[in-house]
Amino acid sequence: MKEASKTTKLIVAAVTVAMILLPLIHSGGSVTAVIGFLVPFVTTVAILAIIAIGLNVQWGYTGIFNFGVVGFFMVGAFVAAIVTKSPADSEFVQYVGGFGDRLAFLPFLDSREWLPFVFGVLAAALASALLALLLALSALRLREDYLAITTIGVAEVLRRVTIEETWLVNGTRGLTGIPRPFAGWFEPNVYRFVFLGLALAMLFLVYLMVERGISSPWGRVLRALREDEDVVAASGKNVFAFKVQGFVLGAAIMGAGGAFFAFQQGAISPETFTHFFGTFIIWAMLVLGGSGNNIGAIVGTFVVWGFWSITLQIQGFKLPVYIVDRISFFRDFVIGALIVIVLLAGPKGLVPERARVSRWLDSRVRELRRQEAATQATATVEPASSPVE
Amino acid sequence: MTAAAQSPAGTAAGQSDAILEVSNLTRVFGGVRAVDDCSFRVRRGTITGLIGPNGAGKTTAFNLISGFLKPTSGTIVFDGERIDGLPPHVIARKGLVRTFQIPKPLGSMTVLENLVLVPMGQEGERIWNAWFRPGRVGQREREIIDRALAVLEFVDLIRLRDEYAANLSGGQKKLLELARTLMAEPKMILLDEPGAGVNRTLMRRLVGYIEELCYERGITMFIIEHDMDLVARLCNPVIVMSEGTHLCEGTPEEVRNNPLVLEAYLGGQYR
Ligand SMILES: Nc1ncnc2c1ncn2[C@@H]1O[C@H](COP(=O)(O)OP(=O)(O)O)[C@@H](O)[C@H]1O
Ligand SMILES: [Mg+2]
Repeated sequence: MKEASKTTKLIVAAVTVAMILLPLIHSGGSVTAVIGFLVPFVTTVAILAIIAIGLNVQWGYTGIFNFGVVGFFMVGAFVAAIVTKSPADSEFVQYVGGFGDRLAFLPFLDSREWLPFVFGVLAAALASALLALLLALSALRLREDYLAITTIGVAEVLRRVTIEETWLVNGTRGLTGIPRPFAGWFEPNVYRFVFLGLALAMLFLVYLMVERGISSPWGRVLRALREDEDVVAASGKNVFAFKVQGFVLGAAIMGAGGAFFAFQQGAISPETFTHFFGTFIIWAMLVLGGSGNNIGAIVGTFVVWGFWSITLQIQGFKLPVYIVDRISFFRDFVIGALIVIVLLAGPKGLVPERARVSRWLDSRVRELRRQEAATQATATVEPASSPVE
Repeated sequence: MTAAAQSPAGTAAGQSDAILEVSNLTRVFGGVRAVDDCSFRVRRGTITGLIGPNGAGKTTAFNLISGFLKPTSGTIVFDGERIDGLPPHVIARKGLVRTFQIPKPLGSMTVLENLVLVPMGQEGERIWNAWFRPGRVGQREREIIDRALAVLEFVDLIRLRDEYAANLSGGQKKLLELARTLMAEPKMILLDEPGAGVNRTLMRRLVGYIEELCYERGITMFIIEHDMDLVARLCNPVIVMSEGTHLCEGTPEEVRNNPLVLEAYLGGQYR
């Protein structure tokens, strides 16, 4: 993170220290309690960072203003849940799907423990991508502000549908008992770490794929059209097609993040997916961390979610009622204020966007610079022998 | 329209060697007929000028030809194919590229990157190639970089290779616009006021580049320009637009001495 400034390092360090100290103090010095707090915390950061990277593809690189992140997030979570769960078996629980048992079709390697989850994540990404494609084809030609309104509207409609259409995903009661990959193979105590590893692996995979894409000619077109669509069109590139690609890829990533969220939570309901949690917080993470930089998205997620968790921790302390009562409002206020401060004071965020060239261009330029340095060196070594011009 | 029938003097002009043929082109903005039943043709291998008073519809005509605006009516034929109403990227892919009157550098990218962006149909523009076939993408990328370096040598911007385009001077931005069009391997380039705001020295360089591109590389140049000296030095023939339509055309000398042109300019100024 050589792009990160001193302030950034300081903030990250402060959050890290707080994340260790608060549970330590709260539990009266128990290391187990600290680990018990940190493991789910980092897991959640990894999952939300996936979604923040998805938003980064849309906003940070393509310049598309999606204010309905929660819609894609939620679709991913519910799709992953109904793909991996077993069928509904009680008259009080209704939902479509429940393919988990049938998807475990490999007769070896205990495939119920992992195969449905592979399909679950893929289906979540695909469903979210399809939703994005439909939205893109109908609304992406709209002006930026109209598109933002459309995305909010679609997210709200989806939330309403999950609430009202109880046959779909059990209405407001939501889905419980969502299975987890490999959970049957480990003790719960050990499994926490396994799942943390899975979430981090997914984050790493998503990070790599996006970085590879962005540091290629594909990413160059996206960054160009974020700056000036006319130049891209004049260069013979279909602006609309590229915008659709950026939007759909970002949505697919959000869907995959939603899948991991569903596995982690084990239980989800429409109420989980508020606009505040599912959209606003993600935006805060991205713009605070630095839109246009995937590391920034991850750092922003860590800091914002850290702050969130700190306020939750503080609520657990024996504090005057008037503080405890107000702290969640204070938290929302501070996160809102943070966004405003970042946007006004330094729109680049904690880890600003790198001026990135295609990795091939990058290496070629370095090669050229080396050559130039070499010729200059020889020129200064033997000035006498060079002919006067 | 009878004006189009006037054939430019001097060169042996066959009608069939028109690379661009605009017929009865009209574009209406609300009540304003920015381009109004305008017809003309541009011959292959020429540096053709397009002049006319402010608001004559020249930029609008360029926008219509390059697909950035859709015509209200009329036809445009480029290299034997109808292109009116096609989207801009499709037209650019046919080898008809344009610059912008106000340069549009991609400021947060380096000069080299601005150029490397342009070539069409790059394998690496498909994300699965970027993911799964990096070798092929890298090879193509190196070819494109070498071409971009050659273009930068040509327009003498090579020393600014790694500079952010935002930091260029006004004149350098104009050169960057020209350089970007060259990366598209064009058959014809539309230049919208390349000389505006450019100092004398740079102007002389620009004239040299344009002539070399046309006479040595065979790229047809179609240039909107206000500076009559530049037009006289560079363009033949010159097409004059006034009030959205084709007024007349001829050699710079003929155009300069045409009373219609004088009246259009003066009339436009004193209305
Ligand atoms: N997008 C637009 N909307 C409305 N009117 C326009 C638009 N573009 C150009 N015009 C009008 O069309 C006329 C021709 O403009 P333009 O093509 O820019 O002229 P020129 O380039 O010859 O100076 C002007 O009257 C201008 O105000
Ligand atoms: Mg103009």
